[in-house]
Amino acid sequence: MSGSATHEPRQLLPALPLAALFLAAFVLPLIVLVFISLFRTPQFLELSPIQYVKFFRDQFSVTVLLETLLLGAEVAMLSLLLAYPIGLAYLGSGKIGRALITFLIILPLLTSSVVRTFAWIVILGRDGIVNSTMLTLGLWDSPARLLYTWGGLVVALTQIQLPLMALPVINSLLRLNPNLVKAAEGLGAGRFRIFFTVVLPLTVPGAIAGWLLVFAAAATAFITQTLVGGGRIVLMPSYIYQQAVGVQDWPFSAALSLIFTVAVIGIVFLVGTTSRRFARGIDAV
Amino acid sequence: MQSSLADRFYDAAVHALAAFGMLLLLAPTFVVLVISFTGGITLKFPPSSWSLRWYLELLQSREIIEPALTSLKVAGLATLLSTILGGVAAIGLARNQSKVARVLDALFMSPMVLPAMAFGLSLLLVFNVLGIRLSVATLVLGHTIICVPFVIRMVGASIQQLNPILITCSLSLGASRWYTFRRVTLPLIKRGILASAFVAFLSSFDNVPVSLFLADARTEVLPIKLWAILEGSLDVRVAAMSGVIVIVTLIGLICAEAFGGVTRQVGAR
Repeated sequence: MSGSATHEPRQLLPALPLAALFLAAFVLPLIVLVFISLFRTPQFLELSPIQYVKFFRDQFSVTVLLETLLLGAEVAMLSLLLAYPIGLAYLGSGKIGRALITFLIILPLLTSSVVRTFAWIVILGRDGIVNSTMLTLGLWDSPARLLYTWGGLVVALTQIQLPLMALPVINSLLRLNPNLVKAAEGLGAGRFRIFFTVVLPLTVPGAIAGWLLVFAAAATAFITQTLVGGGRIVLMPSYIYQQAVGVQDWPFSAALSLIFTVAVIGIVFLVGTTSRRFARGIDAV
Repeated sequence: MQSSLADRFYDAAVHALAAFGMLLLLAPTFVVLVISFTGGITLKFPPSSWSLRWYLELLQSREIIEPALTSLKVAGLATLLSTILGGVAAIGLARNQSKVARVLDALFMSPMVLPAMAFGLSLLLVFNVLGIRLSVATLVLGHTIICVPFVIRMVGASIQQLNPILITCSLSLGASRWYTFRRVTLPLIKRGILASAFVAFLSSFDNVPVSLFLADARTEVLPIKLWAILEGSLDVRVAAMSGVIVIVTLIGLICAEAFGGVTRQVGAR
């Protein structure tokens, strides 16, 4: 069964049914997707790379892609800024405090994304919490438009994806040897210096893992993008949906989804490898 | 040790940001619960009056109840399929260091890496090309693939934590492989399996990118239905439905926690 480590291929038999399912319902569809993206028209008559040429020649399409990637990066940065203080608070808490923080992180992770997005509609809306607070405090004269703006979208997505950042950051903070911090303190380093020269460099792997998770999740968050961003902010997920379900242009929507996939995975791969090399460089110092 | 001004500023900044972050984490759940008990007809916060009217209205709304039931059915079936197939596969893959095993592991994990919209669209195109009508079955198929990575990781992790000597002992004491699996391995990884089923269920119930393409008028699922409602108008019934989802998730989390420490399992993911 699952005794000691083995190389024996016969032991892989239990994985066969799932492998078959994945070939039929995962690998095959993706091959079909690539194939369909190579047709000139939705009638599937002539093969040509025209969909890709069309995309990269079109200013609008390229802008949509870049803005989607930018959104992912902004949300990931902002959640990084919040995840470390939460992580440090976690480290400094006792048993009950830690359980409470874990609960706070896990709960939104498990609640439906539509529900979390809906909450942000309530918070950012015209009669929402932010507006009514600001009006009551007399800081604003009239309700500001927060929903359907880029800033509103970034804040909402940051909250929605924060758990994905907080968990890996906490995990690597827990792995940090506390004696290193004590040693730095003993040698007279200030808190800022300890954080930036000891804590941060040694927890880079967790930060990268979280950054990549949040980046990918925020860039692909269709529901939040469409409901909080509104119709005027067009991003790749809604662009793909509109071209596939609205216009029913299969080849173009297939090409769009492949370009988007390659862009997201490409960035994840690039950021992952370069920053890991950077982290190793710090280790060597 | 005396602390400098910079240190005190650091402490204050970290505490303030941590407090803000935790408030931010809690806010949506709290806001949804509060607004679902509003007596008004808008999403004004805080509500000026309180009532259960939107919950009562929700009970009468077939167009929301039916997708909710479809979602439960799809999530249940997808959880069952992915937990059984994924769990069995994870047992086969665990502790196997061959190249084939690593390739299979990467394959089973890839739905998590790939932006799921491309996968949803690809399934829609395949069903279109093959002339297969969209149904609950096609939806379950897509969701099962999405759920598998959670099962592979969480069941895999609990097998890794298992002490292999226990199995060697059982086998050397004359127990058959099947008996060893049933009486030694399975009880020890039961928590991992249940936790992965819990997460798989929630990720299917909450799935958007696949359902967006595979759910049609006859097989509407809850997240897509709620999205469609919110795209049109700010319907307060969505608040009541959200309230139900939050409360049920909360109860589920508490039960799962009491049963096997799901937070630890999810946290370790």
